Amino acid sequence: MQLEFQGAIVNFATGGVQIDPSQPPVLMVHGAGMDRTVWSQQTRHLAHHGFSAMAVDLPGHGDSTGELLTTVPEMADWLAALIRSLNFGPVRLVGHSMGCLIGLEVAARHGDVTERLVLMGAAAAMPVHPDLLGAAERNETLAPQLMTAWAHGSRAHIAGNPTPGLWMRSGCQALLERASDGVIFNDLSACNFYEAGDIAGQVDCPVTVIVGSEDKMTPPKATAQLVAGFQEVDLRHLEGTGHMMMLEAPDQIREIVLAALQ
Amino acid sequence: MVDPDYLKFDTLSLHAGQEPDPTTGSRGVPIYQTTSYSFVDTEQAAGLFNLEQPGHIYSRISNPTVAVLEERLAALEGGVGAVCTASGMAAFHLACATIMSAGNHVVASRNIYGGSHNMLNLTMPRFGINTTFVDPRDPDAWRAAINEDTRVLFAETLGNPGIEVLNVPVIAEIAHEHGLPLMLDATFTTPYLMKPIELGADIVMHSVTKFLGGHGIALGGVVVDGGRFDWAASGKFPTLSEPYDGYHGICFAEEYGHQALSMRARAEGLRDFGAAMSPANAFHLLQGVETLPLRMRRHVENTSDVIDFLEGNDAVSWVSHPSVGSHPDHELAKELLPKGAGAILSFGIAGGREAGRRFIENVQLASHVANVGDAKTLVIHPASTTHQQLSADDLAAAGVGEDLIRLSVGLEDPEDIIADLARALRASQKG
Ligand SMILES: Cc1ncc(COP(=O)(O)O)c(C=O)c1O
Repeated sequence: MQLEFQGAIVNFATGGVQIDPSQPPVLMVHGAGMDRTVWSQQTRHLAHHGFSAMAVDLPGHGDSTGELLTTVPEMADWLAALIRSLNFGPVRLVGHSMGCLIGLEVAARHGDVTERLVLMGAAAAMPVHPDLLGAAERNETLAPQLMTAWAHGSRAHIAGNPTPGLWMRSGCQALLERASDGVIFNDLSACNFYEAGDIAGQVDCPVTVIVGSEDKMTPPKATAQLVAGFQEVDLRHLEGTGHMMMLEAPDQIREIVLAALQ
Repeated sequence: MVDPDYLKFDTLSLHAGQEPDPTTGSRGVPIYQTTSYSFVDTEQAAGLFNLEQPGHIYSRISNPTVAVLEERLAALEGGVGAVCTASGMAAFHLACATIMSAGNHVVASRNIYGGSHNMLNLTMPRFGINTTFVDPRDPDAWRAAINEDTRVLFAETLGNPGIEVLNVPVIAEIAHEHGLPLMLDATFTTPYLMKPIELGADIVMHSVTKFLGGHGIALGGVVVDGGRFDWAASGKFPTLSEPYDGYHGICFAEEYGHQALSMRARAEGLRDFGAAMSPANAFHLLQGVETLPLRMRRHVENTSDVIDFLEGNDAVSWVSHPSVGSHPDHELAKELLPKGAGAILSFGIAGGREAGRRFIENVQLASHVANVGDAKTLVIHPASTTHQQLSADDLAAAGVGEDLIRLSVGLEDPEDIIADLARALRASQKG
């Protein structure tokens, strides 16, 4: 699905189903340098289980046009404005990585558009390794390689893709390589400079947080610090899973997300 | 500077795609000799049929043993996914049928495997897909042959019969300038000698029957999806970028983006054409892939020894292999194939068609078969076998001289291979 918004095209995956405004809307927000396809194992399922599932491409990502937004608060303001323009009322927000930071900001500052938050690969701070930031700034393939290497648990580096025939490591690397020059650096910089402060305390809606035991990008310890700030939170642990948990453990994530959204 | 701590090629050859079996602990890949899979409940069954969740339904579409091989070959090629098929030809057909429809056009190298040539030249036109064949070494010819119906450029990494080395980065750039993918048959190189996706190719296919299997006991093919080509942006691939009624309006590019080709090739191509690989064949082929790097190193070493011998033999008038200085692609091979230009070579035998026949009849260790890429050394004299109905002129036009012998150098002790060739060459000259 494509919409025109603020003079640009916004692209969504909707699970191959026409959006039905009478179904509760779910908006899924990807992480740094990625796009809607990271939700390919959840979107279609939600779309066929009573939700208007929309996995969005942020501006300048995937098939969305428009200028890159350079800070997390800017991304959040854009997303809140987009939700208002959709006219569906408040949405259930599902975020991954940088998409969690965006979700947190939306929920904290635009509580009227947020019904629920589901966060995976979340932390209140996401400092980026300087070598990775440097490679991203120079648009080197090393950046997708490092992100891919760190974003997967040890199991995903060998095998275990539940989708027959797909190889997770190159899937992630190819996705990141498809990002236009400057996109990964833009997003990693936004993560690196973001200061959450006590953002969790400002979130009123119910929150579910999913943490992977082998997540090196947002390690369980960092997630725990964020989680401590919420008033009401349901914390779920996934054993042996890294940062790309919605692809590494798609069945478990689908189950947790579906339960959290209902 | 930090390194991505990726597992290396030799490790992936042994491990990628497999974990010890979760129920039995089996360290070897089990042969899941089954046609179908029990559903947990109707909800799960519906989810599987509707591509809402991953898993196995029926072995025409996917099978756990075959999936190990698929994941492993994708890992070795650096592709986002792979679909295995009953043979190399089935892989070629599956890739073509997934991205093209009647009215589309292919630009292909003219120096390709005869079976692939037949499919493009004679069979696909019956389904409305036509091909223009070009000299793979001539970038302008590739450019000139592209028209508005063209949907793919196709070549072999190492051609046939001249072992032409494809300048992959150059031809990939021509394809991409025109919003088209480059598909390569990488059977002769295997991912050990060349990683075509890193060089710009978008789809890689193999006859797994050959070096990947290595033992000559099982047929198989694979289509590997590079995942870098943007199917939606080019606007030329409705099978990937438009809603598909076959799965409730799914749009493969919208849902799967960089993995659209892998998903559609399986969900439609294996489902409807049915050229699936059997689990037993996948098991056999996996045994070969485990030792791919070891075998390819030895194939290349033995080839080098055999070439040295042939070049010094009076009954041999010429030797064609990219590692030989006189080969037109010698320099390109050094650049694109630093680990070696494969184990298939051709040479000319003094005395022409008759001497060729005598040579073949006098080899004892080398096997006279219509195959390449076996662990055993193989020979064939096209003029007296596969091409025997052709006149000398027709043979020349096909690039197959009457004196041409094709050799696929195996893994025997090189001294024994050379002794066998020496004996047969001597006999060939006693007319
Ligand atoms: C280069 C090449 N491509 C494709 C094929 C077809 O493969 P298969 O025989 O596995 O169908 C062959 C072999 O026969 C081949 O040599």
